[in-house]
Amino acid sequence: MNLTLKVWRQKNSKSAGKLVDYQVSDISPDMSFLEMFDVLNEQLINKGEEPIVFDHDCREGICGMCSMFINGRPHGPKQGITTCQLHMRSFKDGDTIVVEPWRAAAFPVIKDLATDRSSFDRIIASGGFISVNTGNAQDANALPIPKRQADAAFEAAACIACGACVATCKNASAMLFVSAKISQLALLPQGQPERYRRVQSMVAQMDAEGFGNCTNTRACEAECPKGISLENIARMNRDYYAAKFASEEEV
Amino acid sequence: MAEINSNIPEGELTEKWTKFRSSVALVNPANKRSIEVIVVGSGLAGASAAATLAEMGYKVKCFCFQDSPRRAHSIAAQGGINAAKNYQNDGDSTYRLFYDTIKGGDYRAREANVYRLAEVSANIIDQCVAQGVPLAREYGGLLDNRSFGGTQVQRTFYAAGQTGQQLLLGAYSALERQIGMGKVDMYTRHEMLEVVKIDGKARGIIARNLITGELERHFGHAVLIASGGYGNVFYLSTNAMGSNVTAAWKAHRQGAFFANPCFTQIHPTCIPVSGDHQSKLTLMSESLRNDGRIWVPKKKDDNRKATDIPEDERDYYLERRYPAFGNLVPRDVASRAAKERCDAGYGVGASKLAVYLDFAANTERYGRIEATKQGIHNADKATFMRLGREVVKEKYGNLFDMYAQITGEDPYETPMRIYPAVHYTMGGLWVDYNLMTTVPGLYALGEANFSDHGANRLGASALMQGLADGYFVIPYTIGAYLSKDISTKAIPTDHPAFIEAEKNVKETLERFVNIKGSKSVDHFHKALGKIMWDKCGMARNEQGLKEAIVEIRALRDEFWRDVRVPGSLDEYNPELEKAGRVADFLELGELMCIDALNRQESCGGHFREEYQTEEGEALRDDENYAYAAAWEYLEGVHFNLHKEDLKFENIKVAQRSYK
Repeated sequence: MNLTLKVWRQKNSKSAGKLVDYQVSDISPDMSFLEMFDVLNEQLINKGEEPIVFDHDCREGICGMCSMFINGRPHGPKQGITTCQLHMRSFKDGDTIVVEPWRAAAFPVIKDLATDRSSFDRIIASGGFISVNTGNAQDANALPIPKRQADAAFEAAACIACGACVATCKNASAMLFVSAKISQLALLPQGQPERYRRVQSMVAQMDAEGFGNCTNTRACEAECPKGISLENIARMNRDYYAAKFASEEEV
Repeated sequence: MAEINSNIPEGELTEKWTKFRSSVALVNPANKRSIEVIVVGSGLAGASAAATLAEMGYKVKCFCFQDSPRRAHSIAAQGGINAAKNYQNDGDSTYRLFYDTIKGGDYRAREANVYRLAEVSANIIDQCVAQGVPLAREYGGLLDNRSFGGTQVQRTFYAAGQTGQQLLLGAYSALERQIGMGKVDMYTRHEMLEVVKIDGKARGIIARNLITGELERHFGHAVLIASGGYGNVFYLSTNAMGSNVTAAWKAHRQGAFFANPCFTQIHPTCIPVSGDHQSKLTLMSESLRNDGRIWVPKKKDDNRKATDIPEDERDYYLERRYPAFGNLVPRDVASRAAKERCDAGYGVGASKLAVYLDFAANTERYGRIEATKQGIHNADKATFMRLGREVVKEKYGNLFDMYAQITGEDPYETPMRIYPAVHYTMGGLWVDYNLMTTVPGLYALGEANFSDHGANRLGASALMQGLADGYFVIPYTIGAYLSKDISTKAIPTDHPAFIEAEKNVKETLERFVNIKGSKSVDHFHKALGKIMWDKCGMARNEQGLKEAIVEIRALRDEFWRDVRVPGSLDEYNPELEKAGRVADFLELGELMCIDALNRQESCGGHFREEYQTEEGEALRDDENYAYAAAWEYLEGVHFNLHKEDLKFENIKVAQRSYK
């Protein structure tokens, strides 16, 4: 099939960017969206132009690196997948496709479609862990955990930190990402000692990074490639209020 | 000629590690604060090592080329992690895990290292659960296990089909905790491009900031390479696009020997190639073989739909050839058997390079169990299938979804088509018992080293080894070296060795952009991959390997004359990064062929067509090849062989049989 692409080109974080038109032809429906970009980049290199920079790595939907805003939706038109799992059979011959980077103040553009998501790492570093040094652990089966609870923790832990939730949110809120980690650890007995300290420090860091607040439009949940539930945000809010009323800590 | 000494502690196999730990020299807390350690890579091995060393008090710098340490390719491991816990009461033990690993590796791994791995395996599970890693559980709240290839016990712990992700996020959270406390300096989007040696010891690295293009000098009392495997030398593999050999190869060029490079693992269950545009291959976890049955039609060129082929016209060739292990034979055996059927003309799908992985039988079985549980009697087959599908979905849902997404077919309705693909590399930097390479102060951990898997790795053992090295081995063994180095002050990075190293790196980068040739980096990478897959892949022979060496040399020559790298050095330039990685692959590929040519036997993943039994199984030559081949890099891309003889004192070496 033949397609028209309108792709965001931006030299670096300081310069202004713009949408540039490209034509690609003979695209196979079995190609992934990123393989279509490989074809385009090969064309650009052969013409002596600069290829388009985009983030990608595992290309099997788990590393969270790929991050294209396609026709106004993070990771494109299909639900429950990342950009690398999107295949060209989801488009038709003659389509025009607009491709932009994640847009959020806390995710500045590095170049073209690549953005800086290190704010997510700083949020985890502020409390997204259980403080246990190597070598301190008891036998793994000494602490039985009800399956339902363990499964719920796993579902929250499936987040890949791609940032689609932030990109799609009109407030550029990171609450789905932050609450997923808080929920995972709050649901497990191992996470209890730091539960209320954690929610305070992570929310404080989230605010410091410049992410917006949640106004319950639920776009994050709809666009999350890993199906992370909005319930996590409710759980985070509950823990946050509980912490602020009953056990506020200097964090 | 440099000598290699594996530094295996004296004493009984079962006592070696305990004794070593109790007697190895320690570094006191005050001294640890002034000792700096560099960790290259942030996967399971790198992140766990960086976090643990920081917890102990060392000053740590950790580097990764991705935008976050959480994206290292360990994240993509699906099936599980082995541990000799014997929670299933099925006769598992440290010795049995050790034995299975040595046998699975076709008797080409070092006994002492593998025994230590089996010993610490149980601690890994404890540590991960304490960190909040949500491993799968039974209704009673205890941990669940599944079966994997090459074993007859259930010792594999898992988190759906995302075990690697969950374990890596555990190690990542431990690492981020240390970063937050200021004990680890994390350098993301940085690539290590040189090891700096001073007085023969590794004393730092040159790294490139991938965003600004700036070259940086970093000092360390020791340097740990945990940069993963080199499967991308084949271009198409299950590795991430960025996975590369560069850090390990720079170490190799600085004097670290590279061991058993030809031992690569071809994983039997991957989604087949669909066309020339293909950029990577996707694995379908080995755990699927636990519940799936592999077959091809009994008739050649059978073009009927899989579901239309009746039971008695299907050839379940693994069950036929290996009745004892059936579909759970080790990966190398399963891959070769699939190739054999396809080469003989029984392959399926458009390319005829695929076999079926069928879940119908087990879906029905699960459905029957479920029906009994729910008190449904006299149900029909459709009901069983419906109920069973729910069970299968819970176990492997994400894998089935991934398959549907990539192929456009529904694996709940029709069997998956699968074919072998490059997945893991058992070879890597040669290390001694302490995980130190032949360069003092330079270590290699995880897939980047060669030590534990011999000629074939068993499923669910990579995660085990990565975390064993990082959490439980290096924190002790590094003390043996650093305790002698406590009086060394941090060396300023204006030392001539740093200046020289940076200059060399800069010249190489300039060379890439100044060639201004006519072909893209990917063009050369694809050409190399084709040579490797055709002549140094699942089956190898003398003639093919000799041709491959000539072709690779010619391709390398052409690369340095005709590659086109757009852009400049002082900007974010992924094509420049790729050029550096492919340049290293072009040297490694030759060494892999040289190693494969040298090893005139078949063992594990290394199958030389000249050396096979009458039944087509790998034929080892223990008389002449019971050694690890450790290659030394010589000026001008030449290699010199050193041998580490492997002694088997606790296991009787035998012909590997899974029949």
